[in-house]
Amino acid sequence: MKRRLATLGVVLFLVLTSGCARKVSSAKPRATANGSALVESSGGKQFAPVGSPLPQPIVVQVNDEQGTAVPGALVEFRGPSGVTFDPESALSDSSGQVTTNVALGEMAGRYRITVSTTDKLGKAVELKLEEVALGYQQILGRQLNDHYCSRCHDPESTPERVSNFDNLETKPHPFAEGDTLNKMSDADLTAIITHGGPALNKSPLMPPYGYTLSKTEIQALISYIRAVADPPYPTPGIVYAKN
Amino acid sequence: MPLTDKFASQWRRLFGDSVHAFGVVGIVFLVSLAIAPAKNYFTEWRHYQKQYLKMIRGRGDAVTLQRHFQGGIQQIWLPDLGVVDRCTSCHAGLKEASLVDVSTQPLRKHPAIPHSLDQFGCVMCHRGQGAATTLEEAHRSTLAWEQPMLPARYIESSCGQCHHQQLQGTPQLNLGRKLLARYGCVNCHSVKQPDGTVMKATDDAPSLSHVADKTTREWIYTWLRDPRAYAATATMPDFKLKDEDARDISAFLISNSSRLPSATETVPPQKAAADAAAGASLYGESFCASCHAVENAAGNLVGGDVGPELTRVGNKLRPEWLRAWLRNPRSYDPGTQMPHYRFNDLQVSLLTGFLQAKFDPDFPSNVHLESPTPEQIANGRRLVMDYGCASCHRISGIKKPENFAPELTRIGSKPINQLVFLPGMEHTLPEYITNKIRQPRAFGQGLKMPQYGFTPVQIDAIATALLAQNERAFTLPPYLILAAAPASNYTPAGNAGKLMKDLACFSCHTINGRGGDMAPDLSWEGSSVQRKWLQEFLKNPNTLRPALIRRMPKFNLTDSEINELTDYMMTVYQNPVIDLDSVPVFGNSLVQVEQGKQLFYGKYACQSCHIVDVKTDKGYIGPTLTLVGSRMTAPWIYQWVKNPQALRPGSNEPNRNMSDEDARALTAFLMNQKGSPAKEARKK
Repeated sequence: MKRRLATLGVVLFLVLTSGCARKVSSAKPRATANGSALVESSGGKQFAPVGSPLPQPIVVQVNDEQGTAVPGALVEFRGPSGVTFDPESALSDSSGQVTTNVALGEMAGRYRITVSTTDKLGKAVELKLEEVALGYQQILGRQLNDHYCSRCHDPESTPERVSNFDNLETKPHPFAEGDTLNKMSDADLTAIITHGGPALNKSPLMPPYGYTLSKTEIQALISYIRAVADPPYPTPGIVYAKN
Repeated sequence: MPLTDKFASQWRRLFGDSVHAFGVVGIVFLVSLAIAPAKNYFTEWRHYQKQYLKMIRGRGDAVTLQRHFQGGIQQIWLPDLGVVDRCTSCHAGLKEASLVDVSTQPLRKHPAIPHSLDQFGCVMCHRGQGAATTLEEAHRSTLAWEQPMLPARYIESSCGQCHHQQLQGTPQLNLGRKLLARYGCVNCHSVKQPDGTVMKATDDAPSLSHVADKTTREWIYTWLRDPRAYAATATMPDFKLKDEDARDISAFLISNSSRLPSATETVPPQKAAADAAAGASLYGESFCASCHAVENAAGNLVGGDVGPELTRVGNKLRPEWLRAWLRNPRSYDPGTQMPHYRFNDLQVSLLTGFLQAKFDPDFPSNVHLESPTPEQIANGRRLVMDYGCASCHRISGIKKPENFAPELTRIGSKPINQLVFLPGMEHTLPEYITNKIRQPRAFGQGLKMPQYGFTPVQIDAIATALLAQNERAFTLPPYLILAAAPASNYTPAGNAGKLMKDLACFSCHTINGRGGDMAPDLSWEGSSVQRKWLQEFLKNPNTLRPALIRRMPKFNLTDSEINELTDYMMTVYQNPVIDLDSVPVFGNSLVQVEQGKQLFYGKYACQSCHIVDVKTDKGYIGPTLTLVGSRMTAPWIYQWVKNPQALRPGSNEPNRNMSDEDARALTAFLMNQKGSPAKEARKK
């Protein structure tokens, strides 16, 4: 009798507490194969407003020693707090690829995403990707860039927007060119945007925008240039405009 | 019993004599007194303030930061806005410009925004409970406070509480508002704004009163079953109708349709109509693709989105209707955005043949429908009323329903306990709104909201626009509400006005605030161009910018129509700043021309964007200036180079703050670019 009561108690306890469990996390799929290398197929270095999903998913490929695709390997995605993945882990498909949708965190800046899988010996293989979240200022800067700057500074042409880059005798610096632009201080960039190329003994093909853009807009533009720099600009953002 | 004995002996030991008793009671009393200060000492905000002080101690600017720091609970109190925010108690460094390198919360500085924290506080934008002093209560919803902080991806909705005009820094909000209008959401859901306006739809759904002239019952049936099977870009959502419902609605629409003789005027089909190549080149020459998209072999859509997609148009239209439409679209739909091309009979037949060939044999148009019974037609009518078809379409005999769907004016502060959530959904308002748009029919049986094909980005944008529609926005003081620019209803007068309506100029060009954004604003066209050039251009349009696809169609206008238009534009579309009689003032001496050339290539380096000499210049952004002297007027060029944004706000040509002398020289140089006379002669 007592034993029965005890079993009943245990069952009742389990039934009652099962309701308290938070979301039942889906079990990780079990790997059926192991690769030895991770390669990025697409999705690195994207830009999205803070907290928003990246425009394209991240796609990585699992390869073996010979460089052929490995299907069925378990791939996991990790990022700083606030970054969400859908799915967080998955098995590579028949072409060895894994696709995940990523939403970045709530703060503007760079997010390092770690993709990992294990090789045959159980050692972790990692791939690091960088994504950039844009805050208010960078989004405004991006709008200004698209309107005033990108036609010359972006060498890529699209059907809607033909680039003027190739037509210029002195080539402008693409804004992602961190190697050059990171060396220029905010004051230098402000000067060159406000007064044109000759302000820093550079090409007069760069016209002055000081009478077209406001100071706030120029600051926003610089913060966008800093956000897209590759390699990254050492300190994030531009100073807060004091009231 | 030993237990009671033990207890009794302990009792005696503690309270045996009065001194002991006094001591014990005193200690208990002291401890209980200490609880309150201890609780205060261990509060969360004190913990974060200590953390902040520890962090700034090691910094170079410690002294300044220390001086700015104030301990204790901090508060931003704005009685006008109903804001009591204590967020700065924990977020102590929010206003410190020098903390750019700090990335841990709650110690970061606030990123740059156009508003001051002291003027607007925190919850105006971020929501949450401003008066709370613990992380949990301030950030998340509690039993007593339903409104948690707004996820950052919807933060632009907060800008929309005051700003009802287009803002440059809020692309997501702008897109959301545009989609609400473009996809007819506001036809069923009324959305009022704090600036006193009501959101208006811009989708312009076709009238169904004469639909039988245009298409077949079979096509309507297939379209109703799944609009996106016909065109991926369909504006109409999927109502997920049952087969018999689609059958009955199509029966009703056909039987309800009245014949419009002018819309099926018989243009005799021409023999050459089968010439596919000639049809394709006419389609290209007429710039149909500026407005209509067609899916190419690779599955990409090529073309504009002003008119409907034409990939499978051969499956849809009756040839006699299409011929009448191409001859004059206004005979079927007086308000259409399609221009009235002056096509001749042969051209009409060629284009009809070309469009009829856009036929997809896989599109399920070969459905066979029995002729309808009166019950089916009556049932179709009932369904049309039930689904609110007349909210978007004009249907003769059926009135546009009022308040067909729930009003969304204050959807952004809808209490969570009034919402239905699906299993697995987070219980927050943004989550509800996005899911409701993504899968409206999953929320219960018998719901009518149709399924749209929005992308995740579009859904986030719509949610952003809807979250801006909240209680707070309606309680703000009026001086904070920035109203949208009132929609312009400018209509040009007279015969020229009629002609401009017939040619649907406003579908692409904006004049005095009304019109599309595909082509240049024409509000000052009379001041900027020369009459002769305008006449030539209307007769035979060509592109001015090498990097742009030409979109201006040739309308086959008669000389008298061209004169009518030119006269009107030259007289009416004048900028008050530009005095066309002031031409002689500029002079045109060779010295000035030479000086202007120096300025053009040297000081102002205009060749980075413009071409004057095709041999040397390569600039690809601005219009080509090789013939500018015979196209534009001197006073316009003079004012333009001095300040382009004054004439066209938002122009991407930078303002160079040019001196009058430089502007005069440049004008002289540019007015001298009339092309070589020999070349011109050869052309003629």
